[in-house]
Amino acid sequence: MSEQVESLIRKEYSAGFHTNIESETLPPGLNEDVIRFISAKKNEPQWMLDWRLKAFKIWQGMEEPEWAHVKYPKIDFQSISYFSAPKSLADRPKSLDEVDPDLIETYNKLGIPLHEQEMLAGVAVDAVFDSVSVVTTFRGKLEEAGVIFCPISEAVHKYPELIKKYIGSVVPQRDNYYSALNSAVFSDGSFVYIPKGVRCPMELSTYFRINEMNTGQFERTLIIADEGSHVSYLEGCTAPQRDENQLHAAVVELVALDNAEIKYSTVQNWYPGDEQGKGGIYNFVTKRGICHTRAKISWTQVETGSAVTWKYPSCILKGDHSIGEFYSVALTNNYQQADTGTKMIHLGKHTKSTIISKGISAGKSQNAYRGLVRMGPTAEGARNYTQCDSLLIGDRCGAHTFPYIESAHPSAVVEHEATTSKVSDDQLFLCQQRGLDAEKAVSMIVNGFCREVFKQLPMEFAVEAGKLLEVSLEGSVG
Amino acid sequence: MFVSDTMLKINDLCAKVEDKEILRQLNLEVKPGEIHAIMGPNGAGKSTLGNVLSGRPGYEATAGHVEFKGQDLLDMDPEIRAREGLFLAFQYPVEIPGVSNMELLKASVDARRAHAGLEEYSAIEFMKMAREACKTVNLDQSFLKRGVNEGFSGGEKKRNEIMQMMLLEPSLCILDETDSGLDIDALQVVASGVNAMRSADRSFIVVTHYQRLLDYIVPDYVHVLANGRIVKSGDKSLALELEAKGYSWLENEAV
Ligand SMILES: Nc1ncnc2c1ncn2[C@@H]1O[C@H](COP(=O)(O)OP(=O)(O)O)[C@@H](O)[C@H]1O
Ligand SMILES: [Mg+2]
Repeated sequence: MSEQVESLIRKEYSAGFHTNIESETLPPGLNEDVIRFISAKKNEPQWMLDWRLKAFKIWQGMEEPEWAHVKYPKIDFQSISYFSAPKSLADRPKSLDEVDPDLIETYNKLGIPLHEQEMLAGVAVDAVFDSVSVVTTFRGKLEEAGVIFCPISEAVHKYPELIKKYIGSVVPQRDNYYSALNSAVFSDGSFVYIPKGVRCPMELSTYFRINEMNTGQFERTLIIADEGSHVSYLEGCTAPQRDENQLHAAVVELVALDNAEIKYSTVQNWYPGDEQGKGGIYNFVTKRGICHTRAKISWTQVETGSAVTWKYPSCILKGDHSIGEFYSVALTNNYQQADTGTKMIHLGKHTKSTIISKGISAGKSQNAYRGLVRMGPTAEGARNYTQCDSLLIGDRCGAHTFPYIESAHPSAVVEHEATTSKVSDDQLFLCQQRGLDAEKAVSMIVNGFCREVFKQLPMEFAVEAGKLLEVSLEGSVG
Repeated sequence: MFVSDTMLKINDLCAKVEDKEILRQLNLEVKPGEIHAIMGPNGAGKSTLGNVLSGRPGYEATAGHVEFKGQDLLDMDPEIRAREGLFLAFQYPVEIPGVSNMELLKASVDARRAHAGLEEYSAIEFMKMAREACKTVNLDQSFLKRGVNEGFSGGEKKRNEIMQMMLLEPSLCILDETDSGLDIDALQVVASGVNAMRSADRSFIVVTHYQRLLDYIVPDYVHVLANGRIVKSGDKSLALELEAKGYSWLENEAV
């Protein structure tokens, strides 16, 4: 458990405390007062508070799920603090010299420019740094196109009708334990709206979102692509991100209206814990999109971080001829555990889905693919193709595949292929005999294994993702 | 270029695999520009010799000394041996799905050149060279894009090994039964690849069961390896003699 959580546990829990609106951090614990406090801090309208409170009631009646193929100490939800204002400049490192040298070394290996390193490491950079001008240009272009891209906390005030209509419409509060928790206490996240027929002029990236990077442990994102629009959204970055909060439970909702297309790419590289598996982040995410007629949602993810990952980006193919795609690379090393996959829910006629999942396990890690393909009774002529490949590096790790297929329509076609392979000593030696060192050889073999997924990523992201795998696999051979 | 007048000097080399003594005080000297053929019965230790020289994990030299271009070979990591110019054409080339032939080739050649302090070839330059090499070994250029050995036939795998050898320009090439399972056309392709590479500062050790390869690649010396050591050496006429008499008459004097 992280030092923060431990020290919070050591603190005595003061039952029945009164929340003080002036305070910047809440003592650990979760109750209605806490939710009122969070909402008040954000100056939220009543309807938003009511929505949170309703979610909290639902959460209280739920049990933490235990079905995933992951093991971790039981989380004490009362030992977590649910609100802390961003660190003041005075509390942050003054320069990169004060940051963990291991982290800096990794940044350098990934080729991250200095000012980005400072931002990622939370260095107190006062005044303006280079990227601000980039951000301004970026904002201008979006405004011209009529695209809305802002923190969701801002959208609650500026676009209440859109939020009211769509929040919780794809991932209902009661969907699962963590989505209920997120709905009650969500901190911040992105809001995107693409107007009818607009092709978003650039990739939207969380990196460019103004305000602070730190959106907290309960991030909430809502993307709405109106009829015939198109957007590509990038979440995360390849740099390892550290966070004092051990538990992360994000919710992402995508709405693709008729003929719209959303491409959502993620690189997740939260701190995975040390070589002994201590201190990593627990990442319990709910991501789901809904496709209306002839709409398309494509999820691409590269997951290398976190101690425990529990994540199933899904598509509800409601409209006829809509398309859902899921391309995933999940890499686990040391003691990491990942249980990830997707759900494709086919409701409309002639809906199509494709699932390509590549799981890589090294060290003593456990990597599970869990996928559901459901062909509803109205899904005439629907098709799914699933390909699920696992690659093992060494013999102390594990790969597991749990495909669930439910077909309620006789004309629906579901194809499933699965393979498990090992990086063999013979393959490694072939590469070494040609002059490559073992680490380069492994990363080349792993990159080859992931090629189909990397192809789906925006170009420069794909290059970074390849490097990221290389760094994440360091020490996995020899 | 190196100045030593020996390419490879093996002195009393002993090696074991899984606690089994395979090579027993093997001696062999190869000078620059020479071609040595090694023949011998199955299980004699021919592949083991190639594996020990190239540093394959699991093949342990227990005694003796090997000098490669004036350096202690057994002291080097396998990838360093490769970068120094030792090349092994595998008896059973392994498949690496998803990694394209081209990618492996480029990375290998880059690594070897970087080691020698030379600049990398540009992608375009290298592509030209690779295409040329494809032609020489009679492989379609589509093989450059395919996964390493992925779904290749036996003969295609062997020709692919020769193509890698041509691009890497090694100093010492060890060919382990590259001719096995090849039809006569493919055999000629392999042989002409080797002959084209023959030069005064490059040497070959050609392991083969068949004298017919030696009609195309004419060796300077022929050795018989039996029971883990060289039991007889001669010129190319020895290969003909072996073809006629087999190995049993030599094996008896080996122990
Ligand atoms: N990886 C290995 N594991 C166990 N035994 C091996 C291995 N490699 C070679 N050997 C043994 O070493 C001996 C020599 O084998 P090898 O060098 O392949 O012979 P050759 O190539 O001359 O036919 C054989 O008895 C073989 O079984
Ligand atoms: Mg052999």
